[in-house]
Amino acid sequence: MDFFQTIIALLESTIRLSVPLIFAALAGLYTERAGVFDIGLEGKMLGAAFAAGAVAAVTGSVFIGLLAAILISVLLSLVHGYASITQRGSQIVSGVAINFIVFGSTVILGEAWFRQGGRTPALSGDARFQTWDLPFADAVKDVPFIGPIYANLLSGHFLLTYLAFALVPISWWVLYRTRFGLRLRAVGENPGAVDTAGISVIWLRYRAVICCGILCGFAGAYLSLAMNAGFVKGMTAGKGYIALAALIFAKWRPVNIMLACLLFGFLDALAIRLQGNPLPLIGQVPVQLMQALPYILTVILLAGFIGKAIPPKAGGIPYVKER
Amino acid sequence: MSDLAIELRGIDKSFGLVHANKDINLQVRKGTIHGIIGENGAGKSTLMSILYGFYQADRGEIVVDGKAVVIKDPNAAIASGIGMVHQHFMLVENFTVLENIMLGAEDSQVLNTSISKARVELKRLEKEYALEVDPDALIEELPVGLQQRVEILKALYRKADILILDEPTGVLTPAEADHLFRILGQLKDQGKTIILITHKLREIMAITDEVSVMRRGEMVATRTTKETSVEELAELMVGRRVLLRVEKGEANPGAVKLSVKNLTVRDGRGVTMVDNVSFDLKAGEIVGIAGVAGNGQSELLEAISGIRRAVSGSVVLNGSTVDVTGHVDPGALRSQGLGHVPEDRHHVGLVLKFDESENAILGYQRDKRYLNGPFLNMEAIRAEAEEKIQKYDIRPPNAKLKTANFSGGNQQKIVLAREMERGPDVLIIGQPTRGVDVGAIEFIHKRIIEMRDRGMAVLLVSVELDEIRALSDRILVMFAGRVVGERGTDATEGELGLLMAGVEGPKEAAE
Repeated sequence: MDFFQTIIALLESTIRLSVPLIFAALAGLYTERAGVFDIGLEGKMLGAAFAAGAVAAVTGSVFIGLLAAILISVLLSLVHGYASITQRGSQIVSGVAINFIVFGSTVILGEAWFRQGGRTPALSGDARFQTWDLPFADAVKDVPFIGPIYANLLSGHFLLTYLAFALVPISWWVLYRTRFGLRLRAVGENPGAVDTAGISVIWLRYRAVICCGILCGFAGAYLSLAMNAGFVKGMTAGKGYIALAALIFAKWRPVNIMLACLLFGFLDALAIRLQGNPLPLIGQVPVQLMQALPYILTVILLAGFIGKAIPPKAGGIPYVKER
Repeated sequence: MSDLAIELRGIDKSFGLVHANKDINLQVRKGTIHGIIGENGAGKSTLMSILYGFYQADRGEIVVDGKAVVIKDPNAAIASGIGMVHQHFMLVENFTVLENIMLGAEDSQVLNTSISKARVELKRLEKEYALEVDPDALIEELPVGLQQRVEILKALYRKADILILDEPTGVLTPAEADHLFRILGQLKDQGKTIILITHKLREIMAITDEVSVMRRGEMVATRTTKETSVEELAELMVGRRVLLRVEKGEANPGAVKLSVKNLTVRDGRGVTMVDNVSFDLKAGEIVGIAGVAGNGQSELLEAISGIRRAVSGSVVLNGSTVDVTGHVDPGALRSQGLGHVPEDRHHVGLVLKFDESENAILGYQRDKRYLNGPFLNMEAIRAEAEEKIQKYDIRPPNAKLKTANFSGGNQQKIVLAREMERGPDVLIIGQPTRGVDVGAIEFIHKRIIEMRDRGMAVLLVSVELDEIRALSDRILVMFAGRVVGERGTDATEGELGLLMAGVEGPKEAAE
């Protein structure tokens, strides 16, 4: 039974850790499917996390914090959009620039406003997301096997956690079953086809970029308002890049994205759990190796185990009307 | 009601310093096929892009069906009943036929209802115009001819009455092109108006009712097709008399320079593309390889020039055996006297982002003439490039210009100058005049004959049968990877056509 408890706990933290990845990877899905590569997921997430932490601390309201996160993230997306869609600049340079600017400015602003070494004040009560218990969670807790799965694994998460998982089928539906999705996928493959069909390539790509901003806003808010109680300097810690890896790994498909993010979340959870515990047969494993495991696996998987991941054909290329 | 489908009045358009369209007037009558012909860069595509709302004219008026209209974007063009089939298809390759046809014309936010409506409407269009295509097939899995059909259906789905086709046969095999012309004839019979943009005179003569000629941004003439001739149109296009027939004397074949024996080549998927091909090529003769595109000619050229490894067989170049089944260094072949003008100049023949002078030595950059110790001798390179520019009349005459900024014909001349001027013993040329305008074709053909007369052995591959017949001293016909026949200069077009279609092939090959 103890082993079962361990598994449940491991899976529970898997879910907790994969939520920001799912938000960010889905965010990337919208823009990259529309042909705008976005290496700035990391920066947008970090900016959103800071905005959420700062605003929630000042107003005491978690929802105003969430709105601030989305607002900042969308603004950063629009900067990326302006640089790469309107001005036809390099999408990579723009994305990297956003990452750097956000990393530096969150620390400076945090220190100037709160004087806690770049952190925002610790949040509590209404300024933070509370976990939700699903109906009857208490009642079935003691039922063997099913009980712990329902009560500990499926119940007791944040609102944003449920939203992240709900967004997977919703994104699939939007991309594959709506007019917006059809056009969005088309503009990522052959913007010329969209343009000659009488649809604005620019407006369509901006809308995709805005969707990305909103989702990165959720990701950031989850980090500082749900998973942690406040913003900490550099708290995204490369999650934006892992989300990008998951996006490629999943070949730009929503359900695959969820699975990839869960896998990366699981590795992360495993690394945390194994810290300080000797492995059977192998013995003590250095913490650093465990922490590096998700990244090593990403490299190995991307290098050969998933077949060829073909990105949207027009990805990364600004659209210029042919002369 | 007017009997004119489209009237353009005084259309004028400049891009920076380039005056692409100068005061263009054009009248297209309803229910006709109207050809617009002109050399590359004459302004045909610009004019049609203005009509389709891709660009705005600086001045001028567009009248559709008797009403003056402003076409500010493709939407407005579609609303006026104008549809366009672009030279490079505007299709999303990993979408289905149905999704491509629907794109931009979906009638609701959620696709379900749009899809079923589109399916019904597509069925109706297929019946009405006899244009069958599987609505659920992915575009990337369809042959080019069918992809083009999808483009036409896309326009019809949007209720186009006026159809513009921009260089529609550039990517088609002769058979597919014939099929397209039948479709266009049918559409005309059903009352559609068709504007056909091309630089191929034969197509104009074969299918149009009227033809307008453009030259350097101006509309120089409009003729009734029946009352004009290929010669007159060519002269109008180029602005001077053009020799459509190449004049050449008898060949004086010498020693064998290239000997190919039992060559077999497979492609990446393991399909046999060249099947046991043997032939000899002598000094001072042009051997033409005719065939419909995709019958192994490309692979044959690649194997001989050392780009693709052969499965079996042997090649003797200039007396020395080339290890075609092992590792071949194309550079080494060059130094053994092989010149190669590749079929695809954009991807294999040139680096479009390089300067003209850099492309003029590409592949020969290790030659001492171009080196200054470990560095390139830019002065020598430029001086030689300028010499070639003079000799081959490459325009604009600027060795520092990026190669992408030259027209197709001039780019081809850059490649030809590079490969011919070194005086190779064997010159293999793929598609010498693909995407090249009439004036430059004449020049290129003359040069090829000149090389032959100097004693070069020339192997010529072209999908243009006219070109093969005009230049070759001997003609080999390839079908399904095999040489199915050899003919002399007296072979008729019909005879070669049958061989190309594989009709007489098996019997003769068995001999």
